[in-house]
Amino acid sequence: MQVDWTIYLTFLGVGLILLLPRDSKNLIRWVALLTGVAALLVALKDYFNYNDWVNAQISAHGALQDGFIQIVNVSWIPAINTNYHLAVDGISYPLIVLNGFVCVTGILFSWNIETRVKEFFAFFLTLIAGVYGVFMSMDLFLLFVFYELAIIPKYFVIAIWGSTRKEYGAMKLVLYSFVGSALVFIGILAVYFSAGGQTFDILELAKHPIARDVQVWVFPLIFVGFGVLAGMWPFHTWAPTGHVAAPTAASMLLAGVVMKLGSYGCFRAAMLLFPQGLEHWRWWIAWIAVIGIVYGAGVALVQKDFKFIIGYSSVSHMGFVLLGLATLNLIGMSGAILQMFSHGIVASLLFAVVGRMVYDRTHTRQLDELGGLAKVIPFACVTFVIGGAASMGMPGFSGFVAEYQILVGAFHMHPILALAAGLSIPLTVAYILNANDKVFMEQDQPAGGGGHGHDHQAGSGESHPALPPITPPERVAAIILMALLVIVGVYPSIMLNMIKANVQLFLRGAP
Amino acid sequence: MMPVPVPYFEVLKGLGAEVILTLTAFIALTLDLASVRRADMTVRSRTIGTAAVVGLLASILPLWQQLGGPRTVLLGGTLAVDDLIIFFKLVIVALAVITVLISMDYDIGRHVGEYYAVLLFGAVGMMLLISAEELITIFVALELTSVSLYILTAFHKGELRSQEAAVKYFMFGAISSAFLLFGLSYVFGVTGTTGLRAIQDAVKHTGGLGMSPLLAAGLLFTIIGFGFKVAIVPFHLWAPDAYEGAPTPVTAYIATGSKVASFFILLKVLFIGFAGLQGSAYWGNFASGWTMLLAITAALSMILGNCAAIVQHNVKRLLAYSSIAHAGYIFIGLIAATRMGATSVLFYIIVYALTNLGAFGVVAALSSRAGGDEMQNFDGMAKRAPFLSLLMLIFVLSLAGIPPLGGFFGKFYLFASAVQKDAQHFGLLWLVVLGIVMSAVSLYYYLILLKHFYVIDASDPSPIITPTYLNVALGIVALAVVALGVYPKPILELLNTFSYSVVAGLVR
Repeated sequence: MQVDWTIYLTFLGVGLILLLPRDSKNLIRWVALLTGVAALLVALKDYFNYNDWVNAQISAHGALQDGFIQIVNVSWIPAINTNYHLAVDGISYPLIVLNGFVCVTGILFSWNIETRVKEFFAFFLTLIAGVYGVFMSMDLFLLFVFYELAIIPKYFVIAIWGSTRKEYGAMKLVLYSFVGSALVFIGILAVYFSAGGQTFDILELAKHPIARDVQVWVFPLIFVGFGVLAGMWPFHTWAPTGHVAAPTAASMLLAGVVMKLGSYGCFRAAMLLFPQGLEHWRWWIAWIAVIGIVYGAGVALVQKDFKFIIGYSSVSHMGFVLLGLATLNLIGMSGAILQMFSHGIVASLLFAVVGRMVYDRTHTRQLDELGGLAKVIPFACVTFVIGGAASMGMPGFSGFVAEYQILVGAFHMHPILALAAGLSIPLTVAYILNANDKVFMEQDQPAGGGGHGHDHQAGSGESHPALPPITPPERVAAIILMALLVIVGVYPSIMLNMIKANVQLFLRGAP
Repeated sequence: MMPVPVPYFEVLKGLGAEVILTLTAFIALTLDLASVRRADMTVRSRTIGTAAVVGLLASILPLWQQLGGPRTVLLGGTLAVDDLIIFFKLVIVALAVITVLISMDYDIGRHVGEYYAVLLFGAVGMMLLISAEELITIFVALELTSVSLYILTAFHKGELRSQEAAVKYFMFGAISSAFLLFGLSYVFGVTGTTGLRAIQDAVKHTGGLGMSPLLAAGLLFTIIGFGFKVAIVPFHLWAPDAYEGAPTPVTAYIATGSKVASFFILLKVLFIGFAGLQGSAYWGNFASGWTMLLAITAALSMILGNCAAIVQHNVKRLLAYSSIAHAGYIFIGLIAATRMGATSVLFYIIVYALTNLGAFGVVAALSSRAGGDEMQNFDGMAKRAPFLSLLMLIFVLSLAGIPPLGGFFGKFYLFASAVQKDAQHFGLLWLVVLGIVMSAVSLYYYLILLKHFYVIDASDPSPIITPTYLNVALGIVALAVVALGVYPKPILELLNTFSYSVVAGLVR
């Protein structure tokens, strides 16, 4: 297993970019892209090895004995018994691959950034490296270090290269994340000392019985702390403003992987370590998740800003992840993990359409000012329709596989939960179709927006032939993402096998 | 009593570094008078600064030879030399070297020789303070340090705010000295001795605070006196003005060297001298003693320092309030009153000093070229001075406690030591929670500061060139800050071994 090289390669890329002269923009872009591709290839190669291994294990023993592949485990700071411990399992693996894809496509969609290219890609790759680290850390302290490492670059990426109210959005996002991580920090200290102050290792801590009353108050600290970043209602308000303010690649990263950091943390740190705390709080989580699902979809329906629609839709879809985790049955939890991957791709794709393909060309995101773009940039329209279909859970796309399983799992938990969450599906259909209609179809709207948009005569689809065509990097990136949606949608076992094997382990009480 | 002959040779040998620094100070004075008085101001500053650096580096030699040797006491126990003390003297030397390097690039006025001489006298004071183990010596060393810093603060002779800062600093300092002396006299009155270790024994015999209200008064006044020196709320009022008004290299010196020495001696006084008087700061279970006093001041400092920093527009003032908040964090480690607590405090003051020194160094280098130290003077620095801006990013994020930088691990260890103290009932968790919540608040103003460096565009985009030696020096400081966060193991183990001599009295 060399999957840890994803972290090192990405950091290497950061170092290399810092050394390059700031004026050689193309060189910097290529270095960033090659770094991203190299890391992705490393991740993919080991992914398929792992998948084969899991399948072999299952056919040999019927189930996994131990889901973790250890990568490295060395003493780091003996004074607090923390280790540099990296390992992967079937739950973190899809997310590592997701991060690789979002990184590569994010770089492709950022090809048109012209200001301060060097700093942009340095911050971008630092964030990516932090995310890789979180998904591999098996030591709470190490996980926290990587987690924080992924927070700070977001501020700069949004505040420097963002748009609408960028400084406000950036600060809000970072402070929300940081308050969340403060809760996690308190929780980590509490669990460390409750377990005797001997280890930060998640797998070791999971074996250590922690008193029930401690579990009951520490579990919500860690769960909510990570949940903030997962867009958990009512702590989700950073997500729409942050997504809207962020430049395209950063929105993709935020919705695509950073929100998954939150839900992954909820699973890996909170749920694994505090079974009794989880038992005590799971109904709360489930209902809060359902509120988030319906609320996010409902609010998305009434937005006037294209990007806000996608932003609130992320809150709704992440609610599915939390709901699936709370079901505590095989089908629901497997759906939740798959939903993390699926939503990561869907959100990246949709934000790329909104931010890069539409906004960078028309300089407006107001639904009323857009229209008829299907004729001008048909590729964007196709991309949006495919992403939207996956988002609303159309069979044949990954979103269907994931959300269907979550709803079945929720139904097993309580039928009302599934029914309430299911309400969001017609809402999703409505807001996606509405956006599609307003942006790409209705021709009798002036396009171009902003100051010069009003100079055009209304009522002619030909009023914006001036829009530059979709560039090759955009096409490549969009095709990669769409292909993933279809591959996982048609052939889900490529991912679901390993997820299920590990969820089974979790449900049996093994770490 | 027969007068004991003073073994002068032993004393000079034990204090070799201090002797070298004192001599260097005189050399700096005469060098300025004798040879370069008529030269250009930059040449003068660089020549004498170089001499000071050479002297400081030379003072490492005797320290290095003493390292690893047995613990020795000089002059009947007033001064001690052991590994921990030598280690911190080395830290002071390092801080002084960087301060001198920052000063060489800064306009410090006409009195160049005097400036470096006083700076070196300050270093001597700090080093004596670190080795002092007796109340009178502590007081004298503290005064030597403080008086040097008062003078340095006033070095911008033409500037009103420098004068105001110096007067304010001096007045507060004088009052705090009075408090301290008053408190120490009570301690002496009750225990009949001035040696820290003798006080420890005496306190244990008298039965602690309950038996002696006078001792309680002595403890209270001593803590107030030290509270002024380390700028803890409610004794912090001098700090923002002094930090803002003083020439920036001097601010760096006040914020780092003097803080390190003051915290070190406070740790020794509390952990050795008042070892029997901790009391308790557990939530809902307060008992009178110094941990309770410290807990209250720590809580106030973290709240007020962080909240007041939010509204600052001047970078130096902002860093002043931030350092008030940091004094609060450091107190959490003192309140733990364990070996882990001592190690965490020692580790944190090193990280804190390096980080602040770096931050003030960048501010000094850039503000003199950008026309001021208000926040907006630093707009767009990421383009004008990319390297120093990157360093500033590291320093400020370390202050905010972002991993993998030193500030994060230091803070983590401080907080961990407090939780560990009463791990069954989480007695000190309230302070830790407050500290963590306030760290989240602090991120806001640190990011505002970085926003000026990185986000806002400059009105004057001309690049700023800083001398290479300064870039290298500050770059090394930044590397140290990163290294202390990524791989704190060696220093931590060293400090943990050394700290035994300080905490021995706490173990009962």
